[in-house]
Amino acid sequence: MLPRIALFIPCFVDQLCPQVGVDMARVLRNIGCEICFPDDQTCCGQPAFNSGYWDDARAVARRFLRVFDKAECVVGPSGSCVTMVRKFYPDLLGSLEGDGLQTVGKAEPKLGAASAAAELGHVLSKFYEFSEFLTNVARVDDLGASFPHRVTFHDSCHALRELGIKQGPRRLLEKVKGLELVEMPHAEECCGFGGTFALKYGMISAAMGETKSENARSTGAEFVTSIDPSCLMHLEGVLRKKQSPVKTIHLATILASDSNSAGAQP
Amino acid sequence: MNPAAEFLRQSAEKSADLDHRKIIRWNIGHYDTAVAKGRTRYADWEAARERCAAIKHEAVDNMDRLLLEFEQKILARGGHVFWAENAQEARQYIRDLVVERGVKRIVKSKSMVTEEIHLNTALENLGCDVVETDLGEYIVQLRNEPPYHIVTPAMHLTRTQIADLFREKLDGVSSDDPNELVNAARCKLRAAFFAADMGISGANFLVADAGLVAISTNEGNARLSTALPKIHVVVTGIEKVIPRLRDLGVLWPVLASVGTGQPITTYSTLIGGPKTADEIDGPEEFHVVLLDNGRSELLADLEQRDALRCIRCGACLNACPVYKNIGGHTYKTTYQGPIGSVLTPHLRGHDFDHLSYASSLCGNCTSVCPVKIDLHHHLLQNRRNSVEADQRPWNERLAFRFWRWMMMSATRFSAFSKLGKTGLRVAKKLGIDPLTPWTTYRAAPAIPQKSFREIWKKGNGHV
Repeated sequence: MLPRIALFIPCFVDQLCPQVGVDMARVLRNIGCEICFPDDQTCCGQPAFNSGYWDDARAVARRFLRVFDKAECVVGPSGSCVTMVRKFYPDLLGSLEGDGLQTVGKAEPKLGAASAAAELGHVLSKFYEFSEFLTNVARVDDLGASFPHRVTFHDSCHALRELGIKQGPRRLLEKVKGLELVEMPHAEECCGFGGTFALKYGMISAAMGETKSENARSTGAEFVTSIDPSCLMHLEGVLRKKQSPVKTIHLATILASDSNSAGAQP
Repeated sequence: MNPAAEFLRQSAEKSADLDHRKIIRWNIGHYDTAVAKGRTRYADWEAARERCAAIKHEAVDNMDRLLLEFEQKILARGGHVFWAENAQEARQYIRDLVVERGVKRIVKSKSMVTEEIHLNTALENLGCDVVETDLGEYIVQLRNEPPYHIVTPAMHLTRTQIADLFREKLDGVSSDDPNELVNAARCKLRAAFFAADMGISGANFLVADAGLVAISTNEGNARLSTALPKIHVVVTGIEKVIPRLRDLGVLWPVLASVGTGQPITTYSTLIGGPKTADEIDGPEEFHVVLLDNGRSELLADLEQRDALRCIRCGACLNACPVYKNIGGHTYKTTYQGPIGSVLTPHLRGHDFDHLSYASSLCGNCTSVCPVKIDLHHHLLQNRRNSVEADQRPWNERLAFRFWRWMMMSATRFSAFSKLGKTGLRVAKKLGIDPLTPWTTYRAAPAIPQKSFREIWKKGNGHV
């Protein structure tokens, strides 16, 4: 029995790449999940957290948890945003005495520190990255998709090193009809996005993006895919600036491609 | 120019330097291969890391007691121990020693702590001849440069550049054959070893229970620097202390494995004091300068004190995509790369906060650290500290205040996003680009007509 899923659509996916959310919703519905979209959601708080503004991040994070309070299972198409919730919320919300867990959308204000941390841990364990949900919870790997192209997978840092996601997305890709999966050199090296880092230190970020782009191109792949739309947004910009033939595509979009749509407009 | 602005300028310049990128990638590529091979010698690499982390954790938690134990053993053998609270005190102690003993010629084996306290300049100002004897250090000394990397100081140079340098500064160099270059340096260094009145070294570990200083080198230069001159001065940070001699059984091989990929460093030396009556060589005088210089304050910081576990192996530098692009000199710090960005704001203050922001937080540093320092999380904590200490620019503070207000309401978030996107479309028509921090280095993103929530609402939940 698959759980009812609340979609976590990160703020920039909502505004800048909504198709990723649409494709994720389609794939989840196709495997028989009942889905809903809590439309009061905004942002998980990562931009402020990463920039050092923990008070601002904390307010937004608490609100985020309240929005998903009733949800049984939450799935989002970004390894980085899910990392923020599952791995960094304990640092953020459990870090200051008297100002943390007690107010996290829960009624009981008298929890001791240890049980409060456990309580938070329990709340956070219902959040999944999209590919992780498919392989670990729904336990599917063949989505019946068709995408007859040569594709290379970029391991995004948060998904790889914080969530430990490595083989799952590759298993999903290997089952896609017509898709040829090729590994690029240094697939685990950062693409250079890094949130506000990409703006604060644009040239370093671009240099990292160029290296990643060259590595992707060296495989002869037509597409570089990932489970993090923010990496892809940055890489897409770098690839297009360099007039590289390599295109970017989110895993969800590949998995939502059937034989009719394949090769059309990904 | 302040350090942050200078860093921004130089990091952009270096990142765009394709020759530099190629040299570093090539060198680190060789390192990666060697380290990958080195790890296969371990039945369980993660267990080795755990062990090293546990030893250093114990050492950091018991630093006060262990340092006293170490000191006692050294004093009992007739050595001297000087506790330097800061760089100035450390320099003064060594300068006094140089003046009192009439020292003229000094050889140094590699020591980053002496870089931290700018010892060479202080000694040269006394009229001393100071020679670095680690080959990489010798090369950067000839170039009048600081080390580019804490383990491989001349990593940024090609063989041709080194040959050109040696031709200019040394005699008898006619080709760029590595053997010939090494020989030319060796001739100079041998003479310096035999002429020196004082040898200065660093320390890889201070062994508390045995009262010994452990030094590893690949060129044997530490042995010659410490055994030949009449006076040996060890200059080291207090965080180098470890509890037991047997801890070296895992620390030595792990340090070598992540430092260079070797099973163990070629020369591993343990030194405990001056020459005794029954020994034929060794120094007559033995001094250990234990440097604090901000470390105690970091020790008092329970959240970040694990940064004191660092064994200066250089693995996090080699793993860092930012280091690979901006290089070691751009940091303008003694310790470069992720560990430098973590430590420097603690050791030298908020002027170096920008280093913690110059990271994509990819976490590769943390994943390679042999003593499991949570490096990228410390970068996040440093950023938070910077905000709390009111070090950030007013426009950034204001931006996040606005961001918070906007994100506390889905209606505001949608409305302002829509406004922003409309603004971008209008700007594009007018030929204005408000996204230059993004578009200077990347093509402008396509702006979709509808947001996900609009699509969802329109389809009534069917997308």
